[in-house]
Amino acid sequence: MRGFTISDFLTMLAAVQWTATLVVLALAFGAPLALLLARMCTGRSRIARLVATGILQLVQGVPVLGLLMFFYFGMPVFLGIKVPALVSVGAAFTIFTAAFLGEIWRGGIQAVHVAQGEAAACLGLTRWQTFRHVIAPQAFRIALPATVGFLVQLIKNTSLASVVGFVELARAGQLASAATFQPLLSYACVAAIYFALCFPLTLWSRSLEDKLNGAR
Amino acid sequence: MLQLNFNQLWRYQDEFLHGMSLTLLLTLVATVAGLAIGLAGAAAAGSRFAALRLLVRSYVEVIRNTPALIQLFLIFFVLPYAGLRLPPVYAAATALSIYMGAYATEIIRGGLASIPRSQVEAGQCLGLTRWQVFRHVILPPALRNIYPSITSQIVLLLLGTSLASQVSAPELFHAAAFVESRTFRSFEVYAVVCAIYFTLVLAFRLAFAGIGRIAFRWPTGR
Repeated sequence: MRGFTISDFLTMLAAVQWTATLVVLALAFGAPLALLLARMCTGRSRIARLVATGILQLVQGVPVLGLLMFFYFGMPVFLGIKVPALVSVGAAFTIFTAAFLGEIWRGGIQAVHVAQGEAAACLGLTRWQTFRHVIAPQAFRIALPATVGFLVQLIKNTSLASVVGFVELARAGQLASAATFQPLLSYACVAAIYFALCFPLTLWSRSLEDKLNGAR
Repeated sequence: MLQLNFNQLWRYQDEFLHGMSLTLLLTLVATVAGLAIGLAGAAAAGSRFAALRLLVRSYVEVIRNTPALIQLFLIFFVLPYAGLRLPPVYAAATALSIYMGAYATEIIRGGLASIPRSQVEAGQCLGLTRWQVFRHVILPPALRNIYPSITSQIVLLLLGTSLASQVSAPELFHAAAFVESRTFRSFEVYAVVCAIYFTLVLAFRLAFAGIGRIAFRWPTGR
């Protein structure tokens, strides 16, 4: 048994890079998917709407732990090969991000007044141009506070990757706690680091919201 | 390519059912306790005392900006050092209640704050007492504003109870780990469990939508 030292804390700080990696992976692959799902939900095709809404409902109706396990054990089943934990965990958070961001952005797109789209159509803009130059910029503004708020949820939820043994911040805390028998210090440090990551984002999201409401 | 085989899981129906009942129980307990904390928190957030307001503010921010898993670990692994050894189910119920309480505080506070000041003043002008203003002017529209957020938070809580498995409280997700260890059909087990959660969530959403439609029938009149 050894004491809790500064090097334990530094190990945790180093583990933040894996938390960050997960967040970046989830956003890089999840955000385009989310945009696609949001577009499908608000599009003209009935089938696309049904499919996209189904996916959103399905993913939002399952615990993140369930998603993680599903991909962790499922990817070898479907692909027939063993994949590194980073891939299966990354896939789970990609789907998670796609569903929740998709829902937020769908709301943003639908919040833009219908007349805006009609006006753009009257001006002879194509559907893509309408989305790109009329709908998207306004929807972006409306959805930005919730998007930043979702980032906080995403960062917090990456802690669940520890369950399948992926060594990120939460797992580093568990390891430090097991090695030093100092759960209070270990988990308090982990919580403090998460707080330091999330709280600025929360404040930013709130100030964006105030600005948005002020502009109305 | 591995073969899928769900047949072995039928024998473990009871495990899944027991797990499900504890999942629902945890959801119920944390919802009730969380709403109680939320009501008290929202009242304290509007209090005259700055210290009390600061306390509520810090509680809400700390809980909402740290992972629930870590909060659960803190309660489960640290309290024994203070001489309080909670069994897993109680530790999970406590952690989830505290977690739900922070979100409920924020939702209820926001709902009460959304009532325009002028309506309260109009009520006072009519000679209503403070309680009457609260009961007849503030509460009905506030409840209507709060209802959608609170119910979706309850659904998130239902999903969040799966965290309890990490301190070995025998709820649905823990049952899954048990069945997995017996059958080694990992993927099938978690696919089934995800389907059960999804069914529960769907039932909750439908029930909440139905209740909301009945409870908030009156027209907004705007």
